[in-house]
Amino acid sequence: MATVIVVTSGKGGVGKTTSTAALGAALAQQDQNVVVVDFDVGLRNLDLVMGAERRVVFDLINVVQGDAKLPQALIRDKRIDTLSLLPASQTRDKEALTAEGVTRVIGELREKFDYIICDSPAGIERGATLAMRHADAAVVVTNPEVSSVRDSDRIIGMLDAKTAKAERGEKIDKHLLLTRYDGARASRGEMLKTEDVLEILSIPLLGIIPESEEVLRASNLGTPVTLGNPNSVAAKAYFEAARRLRGETLVVTVPAARRSFMDRLFGRRAVA
Amino acid sequence: MNLISLFRRRDSAPVARERLQVLLAHERAFVGKSDLLAVLQEEIISVIAKHVTIERERVQIKMDRGDPISTLEIDVEVPSAAAAAVLSARPALA
Repeated sequence: MATVIVVTSGKGGVGKTTSTAALGAALAQQDQNVVVVDFDVGLRNLDLVMGAERRVVFDLINVVQGDAKLPQALIRDKRIDTLSLLPASQTRDKEALTAEGVTRVIGELREKFDYIICDSPAGIERGATLAMRHADAAVVVTNPEVSSVRDSDRIIGMLDAKTAKAERGEKIDKHLLLTRYDGARASRGEMLKTEDVLEILSIPLLGIIPESEEVLRASNLGTPVTLGNPNSVAAKAYFEAARRLRGETLVVTVPAARRSFMDRLFGRRAVA
Repeated sequence: MNLISLFRRRDSAPVARERLQVLLAHERAFVGKSDLLAVLQEEIISVIAKHVTIERERVQIKMDRGDPISTLEIDVEVPSAAAAAVLSARPALA
C-alpha cells in the first residue's frame, strides 16, 4: 500500500526541496521503494539538490501530457537503487500541469513505489494545490520565524479543505518539520521555541532540523545529507523523521545548543 | 529589574509568539471571507443612506485585530444641513 506525502510550506526558501531529498533518501536507505516528485514546474531544483541535473531527459509535464511514458522519465539514483526522481519541467509553465494528468501519474506511481514524496512549489497557487491533491500525509516545513509560521497555518487550512482525502471527509495526517532551528538562539529568547510553534500550529512534530552547515554542503554537492554525511546531526534528525513517517514512535530530541570554548571566545554562532 | 536585564534587550521571541497567536486567531476565523470589510462597508452605507444623504467616499471602515477584543471603527461624515441640501439636489449617490 503506497503512501503519498506532500512536502509543503506556503513560504519559499524554508527547506522544502532539501527536506524532500533528505527524507526521500532516508526512507530509501531504510529499504523502502521511494520516488521524489518535483512539482515546481518552471523552477525545478530537486534534480540539482539530488545531483541528477545532468541526467534529466523527460519530465513530469511530458508524462502528464502523454509525450513520454513514466519509466522513461524516472531517474534512478546512482547511490541507492531504491530511490528515484521524477523531475519537473524547466521550460514549461504551471498551466501545463492538469488535474487529470496528475491524478493519472500519481496512480501509476502508487503501483511502483512504497512512498511517493511530492515536493510542492512555494505559494498557494495551482502547482501547490496539485502537489497536495492526492496526499495521504503532509510534511509542513516551517522555520521558527513569524512569516513562515503564518504561511504554514494557511497551508494547514488548505490541506484540510482542498485535498482529495479531505473532500472525501477523511483526515490527512499533517506533520511539522521545524527546519533551520537554532537551539542557542531559542534558549536566549531570540527565536521562537519548538513549543511555541507547536502550540500555534497544533500539529504533531515530525522532527527538528538544526541550522547546520552540513545541509548547505549537501546541496552544494548534490548529495542528500542522509547519504553524504549520515552521522551529522541534521542527517540523524532526518533519519528519525523518516522512521516517524513510517509510524514509529520516537522521542523528538531538541538539538542542543553546544558551543565550544573557542566558539564562545570568537563569538561564533553555535552550529548544533 | 536586575543588573543583567539592564544590559539586555527585551526578548523578541515572546513578542513574535503573541503577535502570531492574535493574527492567526483572526485569519482562521475569516478564512474565505476576506472581503468581509467590503461587504460590511456596502451594507452600512446603504443603511445610513436610507436616512441621511452621505458621500460614499466619506465613509471609513477600519478594523483593529486585538486580543481579547477587536474593534470595528466606522467613521461616517454626515454633511451639514446646507451641504445635505446641495447633495440631495444631485442624483442619489448611495
